[in-house]
Amino acid sequence: MYQFNYHKPTSVEEAQALFKAVEDGMFLAGGQTLIPTLKQRLAAPTDVIDLSGIAELSGIEVRDDRVSVGAFTRHADVADSAEIRRVLPVLSALAGQIGDGQVRNRGTLGGSVANSDPAADYPAAVVALGATVYTASRSISADDYFKDLFETALEPGEILSRIEFQCPTRAAYRKFPNPASRYATVGVLVADFSGDIRVGVTGAGPCAFRATALEEVLREQLSVEAVETVEVPDAGFNSDLHASAEYRAHLVKVMTKRAVADLLKA
Amino acid sequence: MSEAVVQTGIGASVKRKEDLRFITGTGRYTDDFNVAGQKYAVFLRSPYARARIEDIDVSEAANVRGVCTVLTGQQMAEDGLGDIPCGWLVKQKDGSDMVSAPHPPLAATLVNYVGEPYGLVIADTLAAARQGAEAVLTDFAELDAVVDPAEATGSEQIHEGVSDNLAFDWELGERAATEAALASAAHVTRIDLVNNRLIPNAMEPRAALGSYDPGSGEHTLYTTSQNPHLARLVLSAFVQVAPEHKLRIIAPDVGGGFGSKIFIYAEETAVIWAARRTGMTIKWTADRSEAFLADAHGRDHVTHAELGMNEAGEFVALKVSTTANLGAYLSTFGSSVPTYLYGTLLAGQYRTPNIYVEVQGVYTNTAPVDAYRGAGRPEATYVVERVVEQAARELGRDPAELRRFNMITPDQFPYDTPVALTYDTGDYQVSLDRALAMIDYDGFPARREAAAAAGKRRGLGLSCYIEACGLAPSQLAIQLGAGVGLYESGEIRVNPTGNVTVFTGSHSHGQGHETTFAQIVSDRLGIPFDDVEVVHGDTGRVEFGLGTYGSRSLAVGGSALMGAADKLIAKGTKIAAHMLEADPAAVDFTDGSFVVRDSNQALTFGEVAFAAYVPTNYPTELEPGFSEKAFYDPENFTYPAGTHIAEIEIDEATGVIELVDFVAVDDFGHIINPMIVAGQVHGGLAQGVGQALLEHGIYDEYGQLITGSYMDYCMPRADDLPDFRVDTTVTPCTHNPLGVKGCGEAGAIGSPAAIMNAVADALGEAVAMPATSEKIWRVLQNRRTA
Repeated sequence: MYQFNYHKPTSVEEAQALFKAVEDGMFLAGGQTLIPTLKQRLAAPTDVIDLSGIAELSGIEVRDDRVSVGAFTRHADVADSAEIRRVLPVLSALAGQIGDGQVRNRGTLGGSVANSDPAADYPAAVVALGATVYTASRSISADDYFKDLFETALEPGEILSRIEFQCPTRAAYRKFPNPASRYATVGVLVADFSGDIRVGVTGAGPCAFRATALEEVLREQLSVEAVETVEVPDAGFNSDLHASAEYRAHLVKVMTKRAVADLLKA
Repeated sequence: MSEAVVQTGIGASVKRKEDLRFITGTGRYTDDFNVAGQKYAVFLRSPYARARIEDIDVSEAANVRGVCTVLTGQQMAEDGLGDIPCGWLVKQKDGSDMVSAPHPPLAATLVNYVGEPYGLVIADTLAAARQGAEAVLTDFAELDAVVDPAEATGSEQIHEGVSDNLAFDWELGERAATEAALASAAHVTRIDLVNNRLIPNAMEPRAALGSYDPGSGEHTLYTTSQNPHLARLVLSAFVQVAPEHKLRIIAPDVGGGFGSKIFIYAEETAVIWAARRTGMTIKWTADRSEAFLADAHGRDHVTHAELGMNEAGEFVALKVSTTANLGAYLSTFGSSVPTYLYGTLLAGQYRTPNIYVEVQGVYTNTAPVDAYRGAGRPEATYVVERVVEQAARELGRDPAELRRFNMITPDQFPYDTPVALTYDTGDYQVSLDRALAMIDYDGFPARREAAAAAGKRRGLGLSCYIEACGLAPSQLAIQLGAGVGLYESGEIRVNPTGNVTVFTGSHSHGQGHETTFAQIVSDRLGIPFDDVEVVHGDTGRVEFGLGTYGSRSLAVGGSALMGAADKLIAKGTKIAAHMLEADPAAVDFTDGSFVVRDSNQALTFGEVAFAAYVPTNYPTELEPGFSEKAFYDPENFTYPAGTHIAEIEIDEATGVIELVDFVAVDDFGHIINPMIVAGQVHGGLAQGVGQALLEHGIYDEYGQLITGSYMDYCMPRADDLPDFRVDTTVTPCTHNPLGVKGCGEAGAIGSPAAIMNAVADALGEAVAMPATSEKIWRVLQNRRTA
C-alpha cells in the first residue's frame, strides 16, 4: 500500500473534523474492502481515519418493533446476537452468510452499507426491512439511500452512525452466491409486514433495490405461484463472466420463490 | 520383522513426519530465509498482451527513496545471458524440428503476454521497490494480440520466424489405416471438446532469494522449485547465469507445485543474475496477482475426435485432432505435454487397433502453458472417456458394458498400443467392477427417480482412465526429444551410530517423501523409522536429481533408494561375514540383522555400520565407511489405471450442479502409505472437480486476464466436494523393485470426464467445462422455450 497518515478518533465529531482537515481522507471501518484495495494500491488516500475507536457507533438496541444496529457492529455480532435472533431472525441469518468467518469477524454493517457494493448482502435487508439510515446530522429512508454502483445518499465525509430496521411479521433471505467470491450474484429478501410485502434485491443491479412488481403480486397473494406470473426484466442488470443479466433476472425470480416458500414455512 | 518396523514399514499408514513442522508454523519456505542487508525486487510487467517496448525511462524511479537500481531486459541481453530453453524438442510431421521462438528471461524489445517481466526494481524495502516500479515510465507501442488458440494459425504472426504461429504440427500413429478403418466402420461417434485453461494456484506463490559471494564466486539461489538440480543445469548450461559448480540451488519447504514449479522461469533467473551483477542479496516473492499472471497455466486444448466401431461395438479406430495453446513462449515441458504425454495415452484401457492423433501447437499472447497435475494425461482421458461415453449413448449400449467389452484383458499384457506405449500390467475389469459395486450402479435408476421427484436431474458418469507415470526410461525419452535423461538418484549415508541420512533427487512439495521414503529405507534396512532422515531439495547436499513431477518420485526415486539399500546390504554382508568368520554366501540379511545361515551368529545393522567406521576387525579388501548411492533408470513407464464414477444432481430451477457422490478405484500397484495415497487421491479429485465444474482461466479479446484473482477464478472449496469414497486394487508394476506405479495425478486425470459424463447423463446433452450453473440453465431454458 501507499503511505498514508493514520488517525483514530474517539468521536464522530472528531472524525468528521479530521476528514475536513485532511487532503484526501478515507474512513476505515472493518476494512474488508478498503484494506485489500489499499494493499493492491488501487486507492491512495493521504489519510486513513479509523472509526474503530468511536464507542457510540457500536451496539444493538431493540425498541418495540424496531432494531437499531450501530454502524460499527461486526457481521458476526449481528449473526450471533440473541436479541436480533429473537425479533429479527432474518437479519442474523443474512449476516451469517456474508463472506467467511474472517470477514464476518472484521466486517461491519456500516462499512458494507456505506460502501454499497452491488453484490453485498446487507443492502437487500436495508431496502426490504424499511430501514432508516442515521448519520450524525440526519436520517435517510432506505428507499432514498442507494443511488448507484458504490453510490449512496451519503455526502463526502458523512458518517453512517446506525441503521434502524423494522421488524416484519415474517421474512426470509435467499442468496445465490457467486461460486468464486461467494458474494451475492443475486440475493432476495422478502418481508411480510402484516400483509404489506417488501422485496429487496441485491446483486442483480448496480445497487440494491425494491422489486415493486413482485411486491404488488405478493401483496395480492403471498405464494410461490404468484411469483411465477411476474416478468422480471433484465434491463440495467449487471452482467459478468459469472452471470449474464438474463440469468440474474431469472435468479431473482427463483430466489424470490424460495424466500417466499421459506417465509410461508416459518 | 520387529513390531516397530511393521507399524512404520511399507504398507503402514504412518502419520507424516513433516506435518508437525508444517502445522506448527516451523516449516521453512523460501520467503522464510533472510540475509542481513538483503534487498527486495519488484518486477516490471507488461500491461499489454503484445507490444513493442519503445523506451524505458527509469530516471524518476532511480530517485525514489530506497531504490538501489533498476535493471531491464536490455542489460540482461548485454550481459550475454541465454534464452530460457524448452526442454523437449518435438519433431513435426515432415520430420523437421519444432519452431521454438527465443524466450529471453526478461523481454528486451517485445512483450508477448500480460504480466511478462521486462525488468526489475531493486530496493531496500518491498514498499520502495513497488514505489520504484510504479515510477518507471515505459513507452509501449501496442500491437494486435492473438488470444484464441483456435484462430491462432490465421492470425497476426507473433514471433519472427514462426509462420502461422505454429510451433509444431505433430502426429503419432497410422493415419491412413485409421482413416480407412473409420471409413468402413459401422458407426462413427464424433465429438468436439474444449479442455479449459487452468491456473495452478499452489498455496505458496513462487519466490527466490539470490546471493553472490565474490570471495568464493559461489551463487546461491533459494527458490520454490520441484527440481533444483534441473534448474541448476539449465541455468548454468543454457542461460549461463553461472557455472554449475558455482551455483547452489536450494528448494526448501515448498508449498505445493502441481507442475507449476517444475519450470525455469524468468523471475528466478533474473534474481540470481541481478544478485551477481549488483553484488546484493535479492529477495522476490510473488504476490497472488503475479502468480495468476505469470505462473505457467495448464490444459487449454481444442479437440475434434472420431471413434469408429464395428457392428458388435468393438472400437476399430480413433482419430484425434487437437490444437494446443502453448502461450507466448514454449515453457520447459510445454512441447511434450500436448504431444508425448497426451497422444500416447489415447488408447486408454481399450484394444482400439488403429489410433491416429495430430496436434498443432500454437503460440498465443497468453501466459505460457505447461504441465499441470496430470499434464497431457487428463486431456487424453477426457477425449477417450467422453467419446466412449458418447458412443455408448448413440449405440444405446450401457456405458459400463461398452467399456468392459473393449477393455484390454489381463491375459493380453504386456500390451503394445498403437500409440507407442507398452502397458506392462493391469486388470481394468476388476477396478471397474469394484467401482460399480461401490456406487451401487444397479440402484441408480431408483436414485434418479427419487431425485426427479425433488425437482433434481440426477446423472451418473464413468471414466476408466490410464496414465503413464514414473517418468521415464531415459533412452526412450531422449529419443523422443527430451533434453535430459529421466532417471533418479538416491543415496543412503549410514552414520557410525547406525542411523541413516537419505539423500534423494526427488523433491517433496506436499507429497510426504520424508515419511514414505523413510518407510522404504527403514523397512529395507530393518532399522527404526525414526532413525531415517530424508534430505532433498539442495544441490549442495544431494548429488543429482531430476525432481518430482509425473508421479515419478516413488517409482523412480524410491527405486533408486532400493538400489542404494541393496548395495549397503551387499557391503554389510561382506563386513559381517568377515567379523563372524563365515562365508559371505552363507550370510543372510533379515529383519535388520546379518545372520549366518543355520546358526545363531548374527550382527545387527548398527553393529556392522559401527565396524565400517571403526574398522578394527575389518576385511582388508574393503574400503572403510558405510554409504552407498544408486541411480535408477526405469525400463518403462508405470501405468496406474482405474475407474472413477461420479453422480451429480442438477437443480432444474438454477442449473446448479451438486456432486453428490464420487467413487474412485485406482490401481497404483503396491502402496507404501495408504493414508498418504488416499490424501493424494482426494487432492487430485478436488482439482478434477475444479476443472469440471469451477475453474477457468479466461483472457478477453485483448489478452487481458479477467480471472486474475479469487474473486473471479473459482477454486474448489470443501463445500463443493462430496465425501470422496476411494479404494484401490493392486497389480504390481512389473519392472521396478517396489512394484509401485505412482498416485499423485490420478485424481485429476480420471475425474473430469466422470463428472462431465454424469452431467451429460443428467442433462441429455454435453456442455463444456467448467459446467457452470448458467451454462446448464441455458440448455434447460432453450429446451423450455423451444
